[in-house]
Amino acid sequence: MRATFILRKLAGAVSTLAFVVVFNFFLFRVVNKNPVDSMFRGRNLTASQKAELTRKFHLDGSKWDQFVGYVRQLLRGDLGLSFKGNRPVVDVIAEALWPTILLVGFSTLLAMLGIGLGYRAGWRRGSRFDTTSTSLSMLTYSMPEFWIGMVLLGIFAAKLGWFPVGGLEDPGSTATGFSKLLDQFHHMLLPAIVLAIAYVGEYMIVARSAMIETLREDYLQLARAKGMRDDDVRRKHAVPNARLPVVSLSAINFGFVVSGAIAVESIFSWPGIGQATYIAIRGPDLPVLQGLFLLISAAVIVANLIADLLYGRLDPRVVGR
Amino acid sequence: MSVLELHDLCVTYRTEGGKVPAVRGVNLTIEEGDTVGLAGESGCGKSTIAAAVLRLLPKGTRVTGKVLLNGEDVYSMKPGRLRAVRWTGAAIVFQGALHSLNPVRRVGLQIEEALRLHQTVPVGKMAARVDDLLERVGLPGAHASRYPHQMSGGQRQRVLIALALACDPQLLIADEPTTALDVMVQAQVLALLEELQRERGLSLLFITHDLSVLTHTCRRLAVMYAGRIVEEGLSAEVFARPEHPYTRALAAAFPTIGDTASRMNPQGLPGDPPDPSALPTGCPFHPRCDRAVDECATADVTLRPVADGAAAGWRAACVHVGVDRG
Amino acid sequence: MSAAVAWARRRASAADAWRRLRRDRLAMTALIVLVAFVVMALIAPLVSDRADFDAINTGGNPTNSSPSGQFVLGTDGLGRSMALQVMWGARISLLVGFSATVLMIVLGVVVGLAAGFFGGWIDAVLMRITDWFMVIPFLPLAIVLASVLERGVGTIVLVIGITSWPSTARLIRSQVLSIRERLYVDRARALGAGKGHIIGRHILPNVTPLILANTTLAVPIAILTETTLSFLGLGDPTQVSWGGLLERAGTTAVKAGYWWEYLPPGVGIVLVVLAFTIIGRAVEEVLDPRLRAR
Repeated sequence: MRATFILRKLAGAVSTLAFVVVFNFFLFRVVNKNPVDSMFRGRNLTASQKAELTRKFHLDGSKWDQFVGYVRQLLRGDLGLSFKGNRPVVDVIAEALWPTILLVGFSTLLAMLGIGLGYRAGWRRGSRFDTTSTSLSMLTYSMPEFWIGMVLLGIFAAKLGWFPVGGLEDPGSTATGFSKLLDQFHHMLLPAIVLAIAYVGEYMIVARSAMIETLREDYLQLARAKGMRDDDVRRKHAVPNARLPVVSLSAINFGFVVSGAIAVESIFSWPGIGQATYIAIRGPDLPVLQGLFLLISAAVIVANLIADLLYGRLDPRVVGR
Repeated sequence: MSVLELHDLCVTYRTEGGKVPAVRGVNLTIEEGDTVGLAGESGCGKSTIAAAVLRLLPKGTRVTGKVLLNGEDVYSMKPGRLRAVRWTGAAIVFQGALHSLNPVRRVGLQIEEALRLHQTVPVGKMAARVDDLLERVGLPGAHASRYPHQMSGGQRQRVLIALALACDPQLLIADEPTTALDVMVQAQVLALLEELQRERGLSLLFITHDLSVLTHTCRRLAVMYAGRIVEEGLSAEVFARPEHPYTRALAAAFPTIGDTASRMNPQGLPGDPPDPSALPTGCPFHPRCDRAVDECATADVTLRPVADGAAAGWRAACVHVGVDRG
Repeated sequence: MSAAVAWARRRASAADAWRRLRRDRLAMTALIVLVAFVVMALIAPLVSDRADFDAINTGGNPTNSSPSGQFVLGTDGLGRSMALQVMWGARISLLVGFSATVLMIVLGVVVGLAAGFFGGWIDAVLMRITDWFMVIPFLPLAIVLASVLERGVGTIVLVIGITSWPSTARLIRSQVLSIRERLYVDRARALGAGKGHIIGRHILPNVTPLILANTTLAVPIAILTETTLSFLGLGDPTQVSWGGLLERAGTTAVKAGYWWEYLPPGVGIVLVVLAFTIIGRAVEEVLDPRLRAR
């Protein structure tokens, strides 16, 4: 039972990834009649330069050959060359990976505080706490995350000077060890808060409605009838059930946070995947963009897979079915 | 002393659409070791009474009158005392086929939780006690490690009975315990309840919409309509010769097993139960009653002694009661 | 039941829904805010000339000046009036928001109807594709799509539509499945009614309220996506939109403290998105009795 469940979920994830690969290929080499032209939009190239580039980016041959070549390349972990400085795309992405993992990880942790708020709000539905936190969530939901970034940057960095205006660390800093980490944390804090503000509402609203769904359940009444404290009924009976939708939505939310990081990182010049995406859009540096899309999609697909498997662990009904 | 006494109990729900009176002045007493059945259609207030006994009604619900559990007023208890009385003073066998068990926790754990809350048995003996309880309701002790979805409806209902017995309550309230089960399983669960009741001398309040079930299980019987008791007395007598037209209709709605005549001629009750927020004037049953007279639309008759059964407390709320039988 | 009776009943239930909505004071406030923005967008060309803020015509204006009597919301780095640009920006933001939503709803409804109604392998294939699109992160997908296509308002609409239809499709499919189960469809089929008849007469009218609520909640998503894409530089460079204004302000204006260059467009976005969200939730609540019962 368990094995088939895991296999089924795994197959779903692999098929999605395969779809992304095919889609990526089609988008960049088929939708465009002439990829070289579109990749070098706005630059004047001689015919011989074009021919050379076509060869270099493996754009000659039939579409099928190109596709096979592309997949082979991918399997070798080769994402091609960036237009900028001819560096391997893999390198461009690799150096941006760590800052984003830090930023997204930390802000997700912060935003997940919303889950607890949501449970509480749902449990005391209609209370002042509930209406206040729901209204605030709707408000932050309505703000583009990068605009929150602009406003906070304007107030806390530009005006009050509490935070640096951007970057990974102080320029020209020679700090090492712990003080270097501290400096980087100081730089990360404001963008992390921005992302957390932008997504705490999502977590809160999902957790709240999951809790409200659960409130209707008879087993809560039974737990109360047993003589359980209200708080324990919430913690031991309501929350374990309300957790289920929250788990699957957390994966979707992870995709949102990563997406939100694109614009927010560019505002704070945080040298991560987001800023790399921003720079690649501006280039336009299509090979890098293609690689980033693949990477972000893969990360989100994996997050979904983890959520699915976790769901199976948390809800005994799912696996047995 | 009586295990349970309800004195003029009124329960009014507050909803978006306004106040809904679900129970309108119910008096009921259950003596120790007695078995009392409460019957009526859905929406008549019978399940509200079950919840009211343990103060389980939603917040904002208005409750007046008195609920005495072993002589103690449930509605003036402090929270700590109330929690202590829940499940030990009275326990409820919920309708279990659907959602009364927590789907993500093993059933053994859910039983153990009750033991733990009331420190009924020492921690070391809890597992053994859970086994005992499960075996007593006819389930192997190994079922303790199962999840609710891994059991059949009948098995889950047995778990709920075991759960209700966990803390040796003085009163067992069975709230439609067989409704969602198929007929064979229904009979098994009923037999189990009867057996347990006899064996332990349990006081039982049995709530159902199926009057015929009560005649076997309960010594006394009360029929509710629109938030009130409209007829009460010894089950055998009431079921054999219902005084109130509603009881008669209810009795006819379920064919007696083995009685071909009632089977061949099932008498359905016309119309729907009244909307509690907009009750008819006079006797609330008069729009559906085949014996209604003009008076019924205006006179709201309270319970009257039935002439030849008054000694056993047989009473009914109908204008025809106590008058010469026509 | 004749068609006329069915329509009369539907009209009555729509009127009832509207009455209930009218009682929701917050939703009515949101509606007023929304109408105000739409009016502002519509009258922009009447009160001003688009050329008023073409860079070549603003040479005489002060640059980066804070709000004053002459420029209510100040000017940007090229001396263009922020107030006028915000007004004109509303046009593109709302236009893109509405058209992308229409496209997304049409795609979602067609896929959902087809999957739910035909079932079998058609359903399996369509739902597989829907699942793919659900999992793939939506903004990166929109970014790669927008970056290979020509810049323009049409592209933005297309990109948002293509990337955001799956949840609508799923919603519609599950509704169709439950409606299909109901007896009267079977009866209609038994009487030899064509599939088109069943969809047009029975299924569409029943999913319409759902589509309506879904639409109201989809517009804010479309507007936010347009804003982000424009901010990232994927918008139409020849048009003024709120996202485009934020892009132009960039961090330069923020660091220089020119708040009038990035606060007003942002506030516009927040108000419109909030208004749509509030109305959408209210509509949903009116249509779904389960949400209503508190």
